[in-house]
Amino acid sequence: MNFDFSDDQKLLRDQARKFLFDKCDRKSVRTVLDDDQLHYHKELWSQISEMGWTGTAIPEEYGGLGLGMLELCVIAEELGRSLAPTPFSSSIYLFAEFIKNYGSEDQKKRFLPSIASGEKIGTFALSETNGTPKPSNVKTKFSSGKINGYKSPVSDGESADYLIIAANSDDKGNRNSLSLYIVDLNQNGVSKKSLETIDPTRPACSINFENIEAEILGEQGMAWDMTENILNRAAVLYSFEQVGGAQVSLDEAKKYSMERFAFGRQIGSFQALKHKMADMYVKIELARSNAYYGAWALSTDSNELPVAAAGARVSASDAFNYAAKENIQIHGGVGFTWDYDCHLFYRRSKLLSLNIGSTRQWKENLISNLEKRNIV
Amino acid sequence: MDFNDSQQEAAFRKEARDFLEANAEKRSIISDKPNDKSPQIAVAGAPETVKGGKEAAQEALERAKVWQKKKAEAGFAAILWPKEFGGYGGSPIQQVIYSQEEHDYLVPSGYFEIGIGMLGPTMMVWGKDEDKKRYLPKMITGEEIWCQLFSEPSAGSDLAGIKMKAEKDGDEWVLNGQKVWTSGAHFADYGMIVARSDPSALKHKGLTYFYLDMKTPGIEVRPIKQISGTSNFNEVFFNDVRIPDSQRLGGEGEGWKVALTTLMNERLAVGDPPGLDFDQIFEATKELEVEDGLAIKNSEVRQKMADWYVQSRGLQYTKFRSITALSKGQTPGPELSISKLVTASKMQDVSAYALELMDSSGMVHHDQNPVLKNLFQNGYFFSAAMRIAGGTDEVLRNIIAERVLGLPQDERADKKVPFNELPSGKN
Repeated sequence: MNFDFSDDQKLLRDQARKFLFDKCDRKSVRTVLDDDQLHYHKELWSQISEMGWTGTAIPEEYGGLGLGMLELCVIAEELGRSLAPTPFSSSIYLFAEFIKNYGSEDQKKRFLPSIASGEKIGTFALSETNGTPKPSNVKTKFSSGKINGYKSPVSDGESADYLIIAANSDDKGNRNSLSLYIVDLNQNGVSKKSLETIDPTRPACSINFENIEAEILGEQGMAWDMTENILNRAAVLYSFEQVGGAQVSLDEAKKYSMERFAFGRQIGSFQALKHKMADMYVKIELARSNAYYGAWALSTDSNELPVAAAGARVSASDAFNYAAKENIQIHGGVGFTWDYDCHLFYRRSKLLSLNIGSTRQWKENLISNLEKRNIV
Repeated sequence: MDFNDSQQEAAFRKEARDFLEANAEKRSIISDKPNDKSPQIAVAGAPETVKGGKEAAQEALERAKVWQKKKAEAGFAAILWPKEFGGYGGSPIQQVIYSQEEHDYLVPSGYFEIGIGMLGPTMMVWGKDEDKKRYLPKMITGEEIWCQLFSEPSAGSDLAGIKMKAEKDGDEWVLNGQKVWTSGAHFADYGMIVARSDPSALKHKGLTYFYLDMKTPGIEVRPIKQISGTSNFNEVFFNDVRIPDSQRLGGEGEGWKVALTTLMNERLAVGDPPGLDFDQIFEATKELEVEDGLAIKNSEVRQKMADWYVQSRGLQYTKFRSITALSKGQTPGPELSISKLVTASKMQDVSAYALELMDSSGMVHHDQNPVLKNLFQNGYFFSAAMRIAGGTDEVLRNIIAERVLGLPQDERADKKVPFNELPSGKN
């Protein structure tokens, strides 16, 4: 058994960690937090693109590095640790994966190279209303070659050049009525409206479509199946980001508890706090192990992926949400000030656990996939 | 990343599987056989409850000894022990592989783990050559069973607070006092004991370690009745028990050091936690009905099931990470410290929730219980013990905080004061 990353992958991790430690410090994160007009850190984005991170799992023939999904997991964990304010997840875990897995040869050639180079940004949107997305509440429509409708929230929508959406391709309004379409956002008829998010370093907007051009992605009527698969793949990558963020939340809680004195001793020597941090550690280790299993399923195209991805996602959301909120608690009063960094993790943890579907939705996915697996 | 065995590992696994297939019966998730007790609920030294009184217990013990002898002859009883003492001379990864395979079979457990896992290794480090030759091989074959006499009424989590008196008299020692929570003392042939030889020394300095024959005059074993109604543990009383100085392990006053050798092996010995887990409640939810139909179709149930699933599999995959470290010859990471902490509470939560799902029939706890054979009723009681035995939840969290995370130790009142001047709450 070899349930670990390889030495090369660990080397990649160390390099990524060192790079982000230098180039993505908290000051960089806060430039995006504090400026409403700034949707991502452009300098950081072009640097990580130049290093090829954006093309990690994109084949060389389409301008990528041609490495595997495990390497992308490694990068994801580091992006999560550093709270990198970039559209990486939207453009790479979602848009690029959709094109890579379901695009025609021509679409791969047209879209992937500029995504791999970071020159263009893509994203994906499913939701149109509050609550859990389901086929019946997709109202956006494709007819006579044009899209009309609305999506919200669209992560990184304001930075994005391309968008993949689900839209009805007939009038029946069921699961098989939905197809996926690639939309060039730089055209007339696309109107974007900024939305403030709980983590402004990961922005979103709403987008209205009026008679816009679009091309179909993959088979007609297969939007929901394709989306489920890509969200499973993305869930593994998100879980690595979450594990990364959770680990730093614990590290910072620990550091503070050893520097801060009360009642004549380090607050980290009080059992009430030690036990809280032990609980963070347990949740993080469970999440890390579940994420590893997800990584294995993802990298081997195993039919375990739906269960493995949901397990990784549920466990990682639990770990990061817990670590981020208890990090504030351990910091006491300063923990809820703007100046201290605790809220950056608190914001990011909740945003990540909602972004590709809530924890409760993923728990439901997990159990229904376990039921399916048992029947098979 | 892969789950494949190396060639040697695969060969060893086959050897283990062949042995088990030829000699043991496979276990099921929830068995429908009336007398089948799977999934087994047992901890090291505390064999699964045997109903039917002393005779049945004696029979179960004999069965266990027969099994152990077979296992020893095949070489699997003490995989980590050196060959000279009858062990397999194997590696930690081989131990893990064997345990994984054995986990799928219904085999007796709870009798020999403490000896082979903890006390044998202590004797290897601290015992004289003739002791090792005399005692170790019979420990493996199950011919002689050993128990660990450490905890006392006033020394539980604070184990070094031992009060058992050891007074020297010529080349003999005289033991007086009481031990408690001694698993298996009622069937053990030998025991290892820590006692206080110098009450005026500092707490950790005044202890001495011995082994002894459990039939030595002056030893009285009384079972403790637990909340489950069964007795897996004992109180052991020592009344002028005389043992020769030759049965001392380590120097006078070095008892704590020797005890640490034993304890370091504890978490390895406890091994695979008993099986009342996600898989069992998942099966149960497919049978039990709640207000809107089968429990598994209820969304509250599903949400809870997902939490237990990720805990359960998270532990399993954490173990895979440890196995990977072992197979590369590295020290395993966090697995040993988090496993029991997570497992015990999970079992308690799963059991309590399963009773909820049974509604009022969850109250029923007797042999004829038609619903899932008392599995969750037993788990409800057993899990309360599991959160305490072998390190309480709180001690385990301290261990994680201090040894894994490197947080500061607690301030302690007992470090610089002679043992007999420490406040004990009774004087």
